Amino acid sequence: MAKGKKMGWVFVLPSFCGVLVFYLIPFGDVVRRSFLNAVGNGFAGLENYRQVLGNQAFRLAAGNTARFVLVCLPLLLTLSLGVAVLLQNLARKSLLKSAYLVPLAIPAASVVLLWNVVFDNAGLLNGLLSLFHLEGKNWMETDAAFGVLVFSYIWKNLGYDMILWLAGLQGISKSIYEAARVDGAGTWKCFLYITLPNLRTVAFTIVILSFLNSFKVFREAYLVAGSYPQERIYLLQHVFNNWFSELSVDKMAAGSVLLCMVLLLFVLMLQRSWDQE
Amino acid sequence: MKRAISIIILALFALLGISPIIFLAAGAFMGNQEIMDAIGPVLQTHHGNASWKLLPKFPTMKNLVQLLLDTPEFFQMFWNSVKITGGILAGQFLFGTPAAWGLARYSFRGKKVIYLIYITMMMMPFQVTMLSEYLVLDQMHLLDTSASIILPGIFSTFSVFIIYRFFCGIPEEILEAARIDGAGELQIFFRIGIPLGAAGIISALVLSFLECWNMIEQPMTFLATKSLWPLSLFLPKVDSSNAGVSLCASLIALLPAVLVFLAGQDYFEQGIASSAVKE
Repeated sequence: MAKGKKMGWVFVLPSFCGVLVFYLIPFGDVVRRSFLNAVGNGFAGLENYRQVLGNQAFRLAAGNTARFVLVCLPLLLTLSLGVAVLLQNLARKSLLKSAYLVPLAIPAASVVLLWNVVFDNAGLLNGLLSLFHLEGKNWMETDAAFGVLVFSYIWKNLGYDMILWLAGLQGISKSIYEAARVDGAGTWKCFLYITLPNLRTVAFTIVILSFLNSFKVFREAYLVAGSYPQERIYLLQHVFNNWFSELSVDKMAAGSVLLCMVLLLFVLMLQRSWDQE
Repeated sequence: MKRAISIIILALFALLGISPIIFLAAGAFMGNQEIMDAIGPVLQTHHGNASWKLLPKFPTMKNLVQLLLDTPEFFQMFWNSVKITGGILAGQFLFGTPAAWGLARYSFRGKKVIYLIYITMMMMPFQVTMLSEYLVLDQMHLLDTSASIILPGIFSTFSVFIIYRFFCGIPEEILEAARIDGAGELQIFFRIGIPLGAAGIISALVLSFLECWNMIEQPMTFLATKSLWPLSLFLPKVDSSNAGVSLCASLIALLPAVLVFLAGQDYFEQGIASSAVKE
C-alpha cells in the first residue's frame, strides 16, 4: 500500500461524489420520510413500518418471495455444482459453457415470447405432455406459475453459478485427488471427501451472491404476468412497483428501509466470507 | 458409459439454454401463415396444441425487409438503447476505474466505510433505491429524459467492484519499482494500473453492457415518453398480422447482447469468477 494518504481520495472522490448525490443523500431522505406521515410534514414514528408489516399485499409478497428463495437456492446450487463437476472433467467444454451462459445475455422480452408459447394452456409443454397421455395445466394461471418462475430463475442463473463453482473447483489442487486415487478412492468418494469439504468457503460466498441475485427474477415475472400476476408469484418487487404507481411514498419509504436492512445483513455476511478466503 | 450419460445431461441443459435463440432464429424467417399454423392455439385462433419447427418450411426475408422499411419506432428504440448503454459504459470507465484504483492501491481514512458502501450498493435490488432515485431525479428535473437512466447508471458500483478485484492482483513490487524510478502516482495509474488491469476493466464493461442492454425496471419507472424507451422494453405483440415481424425484431434485439457476450466470453467469465475467488 502506498503512503500518499491524499492520493487515494483523489482517485475515489469523483465516483464517490456521484454515489453521494444519486444514492446516499436521497436514501437518507427516504429514511427520514419513512418516519413522516403520508403528507410528509408530521412525525409519524413507527406508524409507517407498522402499516407496511400489517399490509396484506406485503405479507403475501414477503411470504412468496421467501418461499421462492427457499425453493430456488438449493435447486440452483446443486444443479450448477453438478454441471460444474461434470463439465470440469471434459476436454472441450467451451461450447457447452457458452450455452449455459448465454441466458444471461438474452433480454427478458425475447424470453417472454417463448415462455408464453411453451407454458400456455395450448402450448408446447402441454402438447408434449399429451403425447405421453399426461394431463396438462394452465401453467401461468394456476399455482404452477410458481414453478414457471423457478424454472426461469434457474434457466437464467445456472451458468452464472456454474462459473462460480468452476472457479472454486480450480482452487483444489490436483495432487489431493491423485493421492486419494492411489489409496483406492472412487469418483464418488473423491467428491464427498475432497471436493465438497474444499468448496466450503467459496460455497458460502456463492450462496449469498445467488440470494442477492434472486431479486432480479422480477424482470421475467413482470414481463410474463404484468403488475398483478397469479397470486403465488406476487413478489415483493410487485408490491413496491404498485406502491410506486399509487405514489404511496410513506409505505414505500418504510418498505425500502426494511428491505435494505435485511439485505444489509446478508451483505455483511458476504463480506466476512470474502475476508476469510 | 458414465461419460456418455454425463455428456447427454450436459447437452440437454445446453439445449435449454439456447432454446430462445433457436426459437427466434427459426421464427424470424417464417411467413405469418406458417407461424400462425404453429402457435395459433396459444393465440386462440387455432385449435389443438402449439407446435414448433426448428427450420422454416418456406424461408422468407419478408419480415426483415418489413422491419427495416416500415418500423421507425423499432430503430428509435434501438438507438435509445445504444445511447443509454454507451453513455453508462463511458461514464463507468471514466469514474469507476480511478475509484477502483484508489480503493485497491491506497490506504486512506474512510476507505473501509466507502468499500462497504460500494459493495452494499451493488447488492441492492432496484426496488430499494427506486424511491430515492425518483426523488433526486425529480428534483434535478431529469425525469423522463435519457439522463435519468444514464447518470445513476454511471455511478452503479458494480463495475468498481469488479475492477477493484483485478487491481488488487497487481503485485506491489511493480509499483514500488516505478516509484523508485521517479514515476508520479498519476503516471503509475495510467502506465501500469490501466494496462495491467485491462482484463478487469474489460470484464466490468462486458458485464455492464449486458446489464444495460437488458435494463427494464429503470426505464419503465423513469421514462414516461415512449419514444425514449430502450429496446429492452420492446414487448413483441404477436398476432396474425405481424407475428413474423415481431419475432424478427426480437431476434435483432438480442443480437448485440449475444455478440458482445460471445466476443467477450472469457472476460465475462473472469468477471463473474472474480466475485467468488480472488484473482
